[in-house]
Amino acid sequence: MQAISTDRIEKRIEVRAPRSRVWRAIADATEFGAWFGMKLDQPFTEGATIRGEITISGNEHAVQLQVERIEPERLFAYRWHPYAIDSKIDYSSEPTTLVEFRLEEIVGGTAVTIIESGFDQIPITRRAEAFRMNDRGWAGQIKKLERYVA
Amino acid sequence: MSPNRGGAALRLPDAAPVFAALGDATRLRLLRRLSADGPLSITRLSEGTGVTRQAITRHLDTLEAAGLVRDARRGRERVFALSVKRLEIARQYLDHVAAQWDAAAARLKEFVEADE
Repeated sequence: MQAISTDRIEKRIEVRAPRSRVWRAIADATEFGAWFGMKLDQPFTEGATIRGEITISGNEHAVQLQVERIEPERLFAYRWHPYAIDSKIDYSSEPTTLVEFRLEEIVGGTAVTIIESGFDQIPITRRAEAFRMNDRGWAGQIKKLERYVA
Repeated sequence: MSPNRGGAALRLPDAAPVFAALGDATRLRLLRRLSADGPLSITRLSEGTGVTRQAITRHLDTLEAAGLVRDARRGRERVFALSVKRLEIARQYLDHVAAQWDAAAARLKEFVEADE
């Protein structure tokens, strides 16, 4: 059995672009929104709370980012409510997860590590709702869950 | 939680103690053991742990209160089995979030490599 870790996700990708270019794509709110699929109402500055809309088709919802840290060309970190997709729910009093983008120069480009952590603080009922809320492509997952939650 | 919507509503018990229960090395070992070997008696679960039977029993009670194991008593002996619901939900959720980050990372790569 794998170690039990339900708290964090870590992804590392290598891109063929200079670190300065990748940094701009992450730390510039407009560029960030362009690839992420998010419309944001102001630039990223440390301590700022930025409101916006996720524009990914089938997953549109309001979003709020609290910018935690900006270390140019090295680290960009924010907090948000993961999967806060039900507009009828006020998530503001619930715990947030921390999203970090870490950049590192490598031969021929840049390594980007994306870490999201703090899921174990998110109520399990909220996490289960992620399955319930998303109708598209979830039939199989829901069936699996029903077996466990019946 | 908002009322049921759609057919496949999930009714979940309150989950507050779950992650507190997971925050202990001995309890995590017990869960791994039950996951690997199936239902086991307290005697078997205590073997080779260097932890007293009484302490193991307390840990199992904590895990049971959190819904992570269930008491599958056999006759006079208490036997514990893994109850996978919460862990399964937590894992499935993480898998889903991970898939979303995979997709976002691919979009980021495409975005920054486009002007090279």
